[in-house]
Amino acid sequence: MSVYLEHYLVVGAILFAIGLYLALAKRNFVGVLMGIELMFNAVNLTFVAFSRFVQSPNPLNGHVFVVFVITVAAAEAATALALAVLLYRVRETIDVDRLDLLKW
Amino acid sequence: MDDTGTVVAFWILAAITVGSALMVVATRNLVHAVVFLIVSFMGVAGLYITLSADFVAVTQILIYAGAISVLMIFAILLTPRADRTNAETFLRLPAFLLALLVGMIIGFVSIDTDWRIADRAGFQDTAATIGEALLDKYVLPFEIASVLLLVAMLGAIVLVRPEGAMEED
Repeated sequence: MSVYLEHYLVVGAILFAIGLYLALAKRNFVGVLMGIELMFNAVNLTFVAFSRFVQSPNPLNGHVFVVFVITVAAAEAATALALAVLLYRVRETIDVDRLDLLKW
Repeated sequence: MDDTGTVVAFWILAAITVGSALMVVATRNLVHAVVFLIVSFMGVAGLYITLSADFVAVTQILIYAGAISVLMIFAILLTPRADRTNAETFLRLPAFLLALLVGMIIGFVSIDTDWRIADRAGFQDTAATIGEALLDKYVLPFEIASVLLLVAMLGAIVLVRPEGAMEED
């Protein structure tokens, strides 16, 4: 028995689905963010798996992309969590179904 | 990859990663959810090691398991009166169906596609090659990424600064 590209891709697909469910269904703002981070992780896992297994003249380009994705994810997490703290200060809640200021 | 150690490591790490990701959904305490999320990030880092991606694995542990999880715990603890039950909204069923559909489509496509598999051994040291690529071919995105991080840091500071801090200057 051995491990192929498909194994990693299926693990990535499962992680992406779990992250998507978290991001869509969780009530707490931080829970939504956890889902987004899980989706980033699934995408990074598929990047690294393709980089390891698929033919390419520069096989390590996938790793460089992962470094950039991690950078953007860190910037996104910092600003989003600052927004969560700011929302809590103004509205006393960070439940996404009670933040309906823009609903007409 | 045929050797037994890699195969066993892959299955154990995949079980840890997916299992703790499911526990993030199932647990009823938001702080426990963050702890399970850290375990899941560690499992992904282990999967990177089985793919011989040493630099990315260490970066994963530093940034995700270290920095981002701590930020999340800070955000939870700074919102003490918010709901911490990790409950779902009314979108629970449609979100579950959509996630199931997306996961099954991606999984089916990745199994069904005939990828151009390269018959190559694992990478030896990735950090030197990644560093050269970052400072040679990808130097412009690299510089833009540093500007992005600076903007994100300044934005986070300006957003959470207390009211009236501007007038004191």
